[in-house]
Amino acid sequence: MTTLTKTFNDSVVIAQRNLIKIKRVPEILVFVLISPIMFVLLFAFVFGGAIDAGPGLNYREFLIGGIFAQTVVFGATFTGAGIAEDMQKGIIDRFRSLPMSSSAVLWGRTVSDVVYNVLSLIIMALTGLLVGWRMREGVVDALAAFALLLLFAFAISWVMAWVGLMVPSVEVINNASFIVIMPLTFVSNAFVPLESFPTGLRTFVEWNPVSALTQAVRELFGNTSAMVPTPDVWSMQHPVLYTLIWVALILVVFVPLSVRQYRLASSR
Amino acid sequence: MTDMIRAEGLVKHYGETRALDGLDLTVAEGTVLGLLGPNGAGKTTAVRILTTLLLADSGTATVAGVDVAKDPQEVRRRIGLSGQYAAVDEHLTGFENLEMVGRLYGLGRKIAKERATELLERFDLTEAAHRPSKTYSGGMRRRLDLAGALVASPAVLVLDEPTTGLDPRSRLQMWDVIRDLVAQGTTLLLTTQYLEEADQLADEIVVIDHGRAIARGTADELKLQVGGERIHLTVADEADGDKARELVADAVGTDVSVTGREVVASVNAGAQSLMAVLRALDAAGVRLLDIGLRRPTLDDVFLTLTGHAAEQTTENDAVEVAR
Repeated sequence: MTTLTKTFNDSVVIAQRNLIKIKRVPEILVFVLISPIMFVLLFAFVFGGAIDAGPGLNYREFLIGGIFAQTVVFGATFTGAGIAEDMQKGIIDRFRSLPMSSSAVLWGRTVSDVVYNVLSLIIMALTGLLVGWRMREGVVDALAAFALLLLFAFAISWVMAWVGLMVPSVEVINNASFIVIMPLTFVSNAFVPLESFPTGLRTFVEWNPVSALTQAVRELFGNTSAMVPTPDVWSMQHPVLYTLIWVALILVVFVPLSVRQYRLASSR
Repeated sequence: MTDMIRAEGLVKHYGETRALDGLDLTVAEGTVLGLLGPNGAGKTTAVRILTTLLLADSGTATVAGVDVAKDPQEVRRRIGLSGQYAAVDEHLTGFENLEMVGRLYGLGRKIAKERATELLERFDLTEAAHRPSKTYSGGMRRRLDLAGALVASPAVLVLDEPTTGLDPRSRLQMWDVIRDLVAQGTTLLLTTQYLEEADQLADEIVVIDHGRAIARGTADELKLQVGGERIHLTVADEADGDKARELVADAVGTDVSVTGREVVASVNAGAQSLMAVLRALDAAGVRLLDIGLRRPTLDDVFLTLTGHAAEQTTENDAVEVAR
């Protein structure tokens, strides 16, 4: 068996094992699925009246793309917590004493979390439809939008997997990830229009990958207005390509980094 | 006979602490080596190095002829490890745990399932096979973990304190299981804090303290160094102390010490000696409050070998942090 098929097979086994846990402890899912619903309702009804998305745009329509992006980024914390928990339990000694692929624990986790992201996107889309959001560009574009969200989620999962390997305990994960995730999602165009940021911060917002992802998703779902011109920045003009570049970049850096960290983690 | 495990000069530091300080071990094929020592003596560190979970700072080790540092993946194919902390996934059922391990060994789905069923049967877990393992008792979980170590029928089995924390009944059950494995020719490295356990299961014992071997030999050889069993007795009247000493010394022919009402004598013939002492004391009319035969404990071994009692150090904690 080649190394590649071995890695693939072992990752499938680990992903199945992770999914069994979701089946046995469905409560885990309840919390992670409820938070996006809460965000949609919170922003739509509480801030919706106060935030102006721009002429020709309904805020709720504008909002959903941002919520999608924000949720998949937040969801990566789940990956980090899962990895950190595994590393603390005795089971990791079993895995490490087996002749299995040393990256399978990480691939299995990031892949099983894609399943969770699919569920969470479905829940969010349904909630969005209820509050008045619509997909206006047809099935192909809508599917492309969901695919892009899942790809980005998968990439961010690897960042959090690495964080999960670095932290001493599961409890630290939430704090550690908030430091990264909060600015990334809130200092973006996810909740408020890019134009509303002051000049200094605006450059960050324009090149923030979460902004590009949000912009890409809005365009693919047709949630933009002809009356609001797309900012004249390369990242905003080519949001899909720019997002894909980030996905590739993150994977190229964090896959090897995490695999290396996993090997080191308990062989010190 | 070839050596299935061979370790030379293993050294491992955790910061300032020397967890292993030049440990040498050999385990011949088909034999059982008991690695005996108190908490923090370096047993778990040694096990983790030999099972590729940890890299030694210096020294070499081969398992089934394969170097653990140079080709860990090859070593993993040949060993089974069952640790002090049951390495099972608590959300998975017993069956799912074993099937998963089988598939990660590369057995293929069908064979992994068959093997899981077979092992659950063998370890008396068939009834609980489809319950999440977190509902298992400590003893059941430990048996499931041991089953996990046996999925690929490894040539070398490493058991790290397999009975620590188990109740006496589960401990005896575990001993039976281990004896069965050994009878089938498995080479076994076993760590334990209990001399009795090493005595019951091991062909050869290595006593370790502060990361180095301080004695090795068969259980009988070690006990001889310690002085074998002792009779402890308490006389009812303190004035009888000296009389009791003479009588006991005559009966067993060894040194006897007296402290207040307590009389202690090393004996070589166990129950026979005890009866001889009882007859002598009874004939002389010495009244007793208590009498009993005590086997040497790990503490006795330590006291004899090192001149100090077995200390509880924090090296195991260091291992925990490093994980």
